[in-house]
Amino acid sequence: MIRFLAGRLASAIPTLFIASTAVFVMMRMIPGDPASMMLGDLATAEQLAALRSKMGFDSSIVFQYLIWLGNILTGDFGTSIGTGDPVLPMILERFGVSATIVVVAVFFASLIAVPAGMIAAWRQHSLADIGVVATSTLLLSIPSFWLGLMILLFFGLWLRWFPIIGYVSFSEDFGTALMYIFMPVLTLVLVELGAIVRMARAATIEVARLEYITHARAKGLSESAVMWRHAFKNAFAPTWTLIGLILGGLLGGIAVTETVFTIPGLGRLLIDAIYARDYPVVQGCILFISTIYILVNLMVDLLYPIFDPRVTQ
Amino acid sequence: MTEDNQKTAVIAAKNLSVSVRGLARVVDGLDFAIEPGGMLALVGESGSGKTMAARSILGLLPSPLAVTPESSIRFHGRELVGAASKSMRDIRGARIGMVFQEPMVSLNPSMTIGDQMAEGLALHRKLGKAEIRDRCLVMLERIQIQNPTRCLSAYPHEFSGGMRQRIMLASVMLLKPELLIADEPTTALDTLVQRDVLDLMAELTRENGTAVLLISHDLGMVSHYVRDVVVMHKGKAVEQGRSFDVLSAPRHEYTRRLVDALPRRAAGGTRNVTQQQQPLVEIRDLTIDYPGRRNFLKPTEPKRAVDGVDLSIGRGETLALVGGSGSGKTTLGRAIVGLVGITDGTISFGGEKIETGNSGLARKQRRDIQIIFQDPYSSLDPRQRVGDIVGEPLKLEKDMSAAARRERVLEVFSEVGLDTAFLRRLPHQLSGGQRQRVAIARAIVRRPAFVVADEPVSALDMTVQKQILKLVRDLQERYGFACLFVSHDLGAVEQVADRVAVMQNGRIVEIGERDDIFDRPKHEYTRRLLDAAMLLDRKFDGAKGAA
Amino acid sequence: MTAMSLRLPRRGVSAAIGGTIVVLLVLLAVGGPLISPYDPLKLDLLARMKAPGTTGHLLGTDEFGRDILSRLMYGARTSAWIAFATVTFAIAFGLVFGVLAGFYRGASDRVIMMFNDALLAFPGLLLALGIMAVTGASREAIVVALGLAYMPAVVRVVRASVMSIREREYIEASHVMGNSEIVTMIRHVLPNCVAPVTVLATTMVGWVILSESALSFLGLGVPPPAPSWGNMLASARPFITQAPYLIVLPGLCIALTLLGINMLGDAVRDWLDPKMQG
Repeated sequence: MIRFLAGRLASAIPTLFIASTAVFVMMRMIPGDPASMMLGDLATAEQLAALRSKMGFDSSIVFQYLIWLGNILTGDFGTSIGTGDPVLPMILERFGVSATIVVVAVFFASLIAVPAGMIAAWRQHSLADIGVVATSTLLLSIPSFWLGLMILLFFGLWLRWFPIIGYVSFSEDFGTALMYIFMPVLTLVLVELGAIVRMARAATIEVARLEYITHARAKGLSESAVMWRHAFKNAFAPTWTLIGLILGGLLGGIAVTETVFTIPGLGRLLIDAIYARDYPVVQGCILFISTIYILVNLMVDLLYPIFDPRVTQ
Repeated sequence: MTEDNQKTAVIAAKNLSVSVRGLARVVDGLDFAIEPGGMLALVGESGSGKTMAARSILGLLPSPLAVTPESSIRFHGRELVGAASKSMRDIRGARIGMVFQEPMVSLNPSMTIGDQMAEGLALHRKLGKAEIRDRCLVMLERIQIQNPTRCLSAYPHEFSGGMRQRIMLASVMLLKPELLIADEPTTALDTLVQRDVLDLMAELTRENGTAVLLISHDLGMVSHYVRDVVVMHKGKAVEQGRSFDVLSAPRHEYTRRLVDALPRRAAGGTRNVTQQQQPLVEIRDLTIDYPGRRNFLKPTEPKRAVDGVDLSIGRGETLALVGGSGSGKTTLGRAIVGLVGITDGTISFGGEKIETGNSGLARKQRRDIQIIFQDPYSSLDPRQRVGDIVGEPLKLEKDMSAAARRERVLEVFSEVGLDTAFLRRLPHQLSGGQRQRVAIARAIVRRPAFVVADEPVSALDMTVQKQILKLVRDLQERYGFACLFVSHDLGAVEQVADRVAVMQNGRIVEIGERDDIFDRPKHEYTRRLLDAAMLLDRKFDGAKGAA
Repeated sequence: MTAMSLRLPRRGVSAAIGGTIVVLLVLLAVGGPLISPYDPLKLDLLARMKAPGTTGHLLGTDEFGRDILSRLMYGARTSAWIAFATVTFAIAFGLVFGVLAGFYRGASDRVIMMFNDALLAFPGLLLALGIMAVTGASREAIVVALGLAYMPAVVRVVRASVMSIREREYIEASHVMGNSEIVTMIRHVLPNCVAPVTVLATTMVGWVILSESALSFLGLGVPPPAPSWGNMLASARPFITQAPYLIVLPGLCIALTLLGINMLGDAVRDWLDPKMQG
């Protein structure tokens, strides 16, 4: 068990290292000179040279990389070209907004999707099953941004139940925050429902075929005991991995939903920085999001043995 | 079965039929009854309906299978067909227990042994936690599990197949059911382990006065434990009675075939080929290690699979290599065809040393040395047509024309008894026996001098086994190839071998003429293997002679 | 066996609906220029934001007076082109790297998997966003960005199936009969990879269309004024109150397309699933 945990932890370190290197390389491949971009068209040659040397661009690429890596490790993600503020606090503030929405949405999506998928699988080919499969296929086919716009149109503009723009944090005012968060969360829940339902259903069908389920029935257990006590944990294991992937992936893809509902989240920060060519911010966002993604997947892996103890061997 | 018997019986099935939506019948009009403490076996090959008949007792048929309304299953006189699901649940586990075939998948992998054992007691006996725990510990001790306390908190994957089957048996017998249904409980196990588990089952059921319904494909094994048998074929009971009578004087044509398929020593002596001047294959001091896993936290030790083996095989002879799982017999066989690299020692073929390892055998030797694998389901490329599979080795014969190749394929097809209509089929459209015929055809199509047969019949039904073994022997007569017959099944070995080598822990512990090994075994391990194999005892042959 | 006979009609219906939608889409993509009523880029400032049903404009016009129906038709062309190019890119490279890693193992496996894991360390859309940030928005950049984002999945699937096929006894049989590694690979390994790769490719067409429209919606995909369903949604976003049809129509197109691909994909998956073959 200890060996399993240590192995998984150790495997995340090279991945993090490779990801950070990839971000560094990617940013250096951008055509054009960051220094001249920062100073604008009117800069003199001396000003440029001074800034370049200040930013360390006159030393070798490997040296620059090591300096950069050292800064990252000490929490220095650089400063924004646009505002001159340090990048990391900016990211952390925006991350809180995105993470709240994503975590709440994935939680509710799983809460609905996992039982729905399992029950559908347990009654395979029944009307309920066909209904669940059809709904999930439909949901899987609707792009999140369009669904978001439709929800905005219906709940926000037509029924006028919820505010259509902006975000209020839960620490400010719980009730108002709920009003603001409702539509984006509903959008993400519906969008992610389809994939989780299908995974839960497929995994449960696999498990239901196995002999230990028949064995459980042969013990005299009721159908619901067989399903929840014997099938649930085993069928949930692969679904759990998928939920982790969705959780991590949404943090990278939430820019779309944030754009629809005009929410000041991390995704929006990244997109705006790309438009503004504010490369330190772009670089910081990508590095931060991929780190979170790797860490979320690591957590999922570490918790996996709860559902399937065989992996520790 | 008289009316009286029906009343006293633990379980009595009358006109039991199982059908798919009232149409195709998987089980058709089965009658049987078991007295308290009695034992009955349902014997048949795959597809005979024996498992579905057993499952119908507990109402555990997979949909869309269902018991037909005119069937009757009485448990202590109480009708189970059409019983309410609540009353069935009270019977399941508590009064009728069931043990399954595959110990690897019949215990829940994500639940501890203790929780799985406790479940039945908690549900049916309403005992307290401490009481349940005590009973589990006593039971685990009874079945000789080392460290029972630790076992309770362990997960199934920490145990071997045999151990899991013992644990499964224990958890079912914990409730002292009146009837135990055992569905092929040892088919997936090694011969030696098989014997242990069956003995344990017999003991536990005797102690508790539990009646047993044993489901098996193995008539020979059944006759050792069970007095009454029902032989099933395509859903129908073709013959029932005392196992002794059925075995010694089968009345139905199918039973006769089944009895005939039981391993019996081939008539006639063995071919005397050991005195040849130069053996075809000569193995000297062969050692094979499997590298340990490279794990940076805790590297594992290399494992020695074959340990200093000397062996020689003469032209045209069949040497059987027997042993339990992990004895190294399969590794040795695969090393000769170059699928496993050797660590030390030499293998020579026709006087020439063969190089094995990644580069494999030299081309000449590849034509002369072939292999037949155990599982005809995975040894044939699922996307290749059968005719192409058999013809593929001929493509390596550069000077052979397409017409000549085609002719040779047709010739081999008829030799292995395959219809030419199969030429365009895909492997999954063939039965197991037919697939193995294809694999054999592929092996002999280039007329090899030596064939390694790695458990070639253990995945097949008994009657099919018999046909395949006979085919191998016939082909050997025709082609004169030598054969290394790797098997754990002494019954099969007895039918084909000239000489037998017994392997244990990577070493050959005994080697000799077939009759010497079977009739006068010297080594302790050989004796145990023979004992566990439960070969059709000579007493049956004797009985037949006496009758 | 009987379970299958129950499923067959449903799978057939699903395949038929999905197949019809996909075929119509492809026809629209290929024949769009021939049947579209207007030039999708032609501005008509006198006919701005006409509602659907207006004479001459069946589905109305957008904020620049461009004909919506024509733009949707050309949008199908854009999506189909990008989906086809991206999936081809991802499958071609993924197949080569996956086979190299899975069949030859050793050093080539380690190097390929290192790069693959590096790509997998980013959520797909983020990686595409990053690449688009570097290259700037263009159709070709989308193909490369999404191709790189989805290639690791192909490498994984191909490598895993090659590795599992390698262990089958028919591969050993091929070695024993004297076939060379390369013959064994071409004759026995690759044909058995076709099924999982086909299933993945079908699914991937849906992912790519979805991602492309998301990128375009964010303004980092197909650059305007060229029509794509995603950028049509983006430019319609400010007019959501005045002209909701501008948003409803392109979204419906995307959803319908994805529905068709998903249904067809399910049918393909069931049909090619090795477990379904006895």
